[in-house]
Amino acid sequence: MGDEKDMLYRTAGQFKTSYEADQALFPVRQDAILLAVILACAWVIFPLVASEFVFQTLLIPILIYSLAALGLNILTGFAGQLSLGTAAFMGVGAYACYKMITIMPWMNPIVAILLSGVFSAGIGVAFGIPSLRIKGFYLAIATLAAQFFLVWLFEKWAWLYNYNASGAIQVPNLEMFGVYIAGPQASSIVQYFVVLFIVSLLTLVCINLTRGTLGRTWKATRDMDIAAELIGINLMKSKLTAFAVSSYIVGVAGALFVFMWRGAAEPNLFDIPLSFRILFIAIIGGLGSIMGNYLGAILIVGLPVVLNLVPNALGIPIGSATVEHLNIMIVGSLIVFFLIVEPHGLAQLWRLIREKLIIWPFPH
Amino acid sequence: MLNDIFIAPFADMIAAPDFLMQVLWEGLVSGVLYALIALGFVLIFRSSRIFNFAQGIMVVFAALTLVGLHSFGIPAWISVALTLGVMFVLAVSIERVVLRPLVGQPDIILFMATIGITLFLIGGGEIIFGGENKVMITEELGIPTGDTVLEPFGGLLILQHLDITVVVVACALVAALLAFLNYTQMGRAIRALGDDHQAALSVGISLQTVWVLVWFIAGIIALVTGIAWGARAGVSFALEVIAYKALPVLMLGGLESITGAIIGGLMIGLLEKLFEIYWGQPLLGGNTETWFAFVLALIVLLFRPQGLFGERIIERV
Repeated sequence: MGDEKDMLYRTAGQFKTSYEADQALFPVRQDAILLAVILACAWVIFPLVASEFVFQTLLIPILIYSLAALGLNILTGFAGQLSLGTAAFMGVGAYACYKMITIMPWMNPIVAILLSGVFSAGIGVAFGIPSLRIKGFYLAIATLAAQFFLVWLFEKWAWLYNYNASGAIQVPNLEMFGVYIAGPQASSIVQYFVVLFIVSLLTLVCINLTRGTLGRTWKATRDMDIAAELIGINLMKSKLTAFAVSSYIVGVAGALFVFMWRGAAEPNLFDIPLSFRILFIAIIGGLGSIMGNYLGAILIVGLPVVLNLVPNALGIPIGSATVEHLNIMIVGSLIVFFLIVEPHGLAQLWRLIREKLIIWPFPH
Repeated sequence: MLNDIFIAPFADMIAAPDFLMQVLWEGLVSGVLYALIALGFVLIFRSSRIFNFAQGIMVVFAALTLVGLHSFGIPAWISVALTLGVMFVLAVSIERVVLRPLVGQPDIILFMATIGITLFLIGGGEIIFGGENKVMITEELGIPTGDTVLEPFGGLLILQHLDITVVVVACALVAALLAFLNYTQMGRAIRALGDDHQAALSVGISLQTVWVLVWFIAGIIALVTGIAWGARAGVSFALEVIAYKALPVLMLGGLESITGAIIGGLMIGLLEKLFEIYWGQPLLGGNTETWFAFVLALIVLLFRPQGLFGERIIERV
């Protein structure tokens, strides 16, 4: 038998003597340590070592995409309502934030970003009402109605983009405590911290929501809605809260997407490919998992960056257009590959690894 | 305002019946094509419960292959035959590589897999054939291109010969498909699989063969639609959007119903054209065709959650 040092993830000997301990956020000590390491990396080490390129192409987009996927996962993974309209709800968040900032320039930008989710939550609930009658793929196509209608609205309703001739929204310089946090003058590191703060906050909220009564009602609805109704769950409340919470998070992610990363947005930015991208992240990461969204985002955002670097590093002369098309092909095949190898996503892979680690060095 | 919504459009319709007929004709032509694409969806959905998102890109891919082969100097009709061969190879490889390992997975996983196929075909198509807009080889295929001008009610009605051909060919294809499904052994096998997987398997119907067959039929439909649409608008990846249109058609008609796909397609083709011309352009700034079909289908679904002709949803706990 190995001693304790060999058994990195040994959970034996950690006894719980009260319900509080059993229900704690991290009942296993090693999980808490692992999370502490990840948070230390995110808050301290990455900002110290990351270059401008890494901030802009990896860290910030990964966080924002994770947040959007988290929002979708609440709806699809936890409450079982398939949605293909994520990008449009991100757009609602972004345009709401833009309008608030331009109508009330004195507003604290972080407050504005957090409030913009309220608007997308409202729209989300409105488009969620059909879910009370429509299920499965029929509902998925119904959310496409939201997708196409809202993007059309972003284009036609000139008030939304303050009657700009270009039809696009441009993020102004926004200041907080004497530091620019959005707009052309903001530095990447400040934006990274803002995004990280909001993403950490909402992730914590989501972890607790999905553990609590609301999360359990969602899961019961997902697993079989008629059975859930029979044991006394109010389906309307369950489905509509899922739409509200999900759209809120997606809306905040949309506001971050434009204000903290892109800096400007045209209506077609929120078109259907973005919706699919986020759905990929949620599914490859693992439906019904919170950590999966981060793993999925790292893969989907990181992969093209890596693929772009490979031909350069090897000195193969390939045109950038070809690289881009190769990327699309490779991402497509990887999606199929992952679905075949592990339909439950990367989160399931981690669960398996963790189980192996707990009993290591024994096979069973 | 109320006048603009409820009275003026109808007054316009009555005042210019020839223009109304022109609008209806154009709606009918696109409706026939929507119905055709939706048929491809329905066949695959019935026999495998796969919601095939790749149908749209198959249209583009078939059209690109056809034009690409012809540009290598291969005669038009041989290119058509070769393209059919490519679609068959595609059907076989999709079944072997993607579908077979995923049998029995939840619907959403299979749906995602078809999106994976879509991305693969987009990337592959761009690399092999290039992304620029191409001209469909309309004349080489012997498709007439002139127009006939009729004068109903003393007005003007222009019928493109191309559109007439499209409608005739599409109707013939639909009729052939229905005959195939109803009167041949393979067609019955497809329908049997759609009705009950287990029972069909137990009487010796091969799942693999049927799957290859429905994907190949979807490929043929994709080629016909690709030629028709490519001749009107050029061949490019923008064609993919017409496949999104087939989704509300399916919703409206019901995912399992062949009749539903045809009627839904015609309805959406006609109504979205009417709405765009008489309500969308004057009142809403135009381009309403992107969402009208979806909103219409959504409203219908609120009253009939399984679509107009879909199988009634029976749920047990």
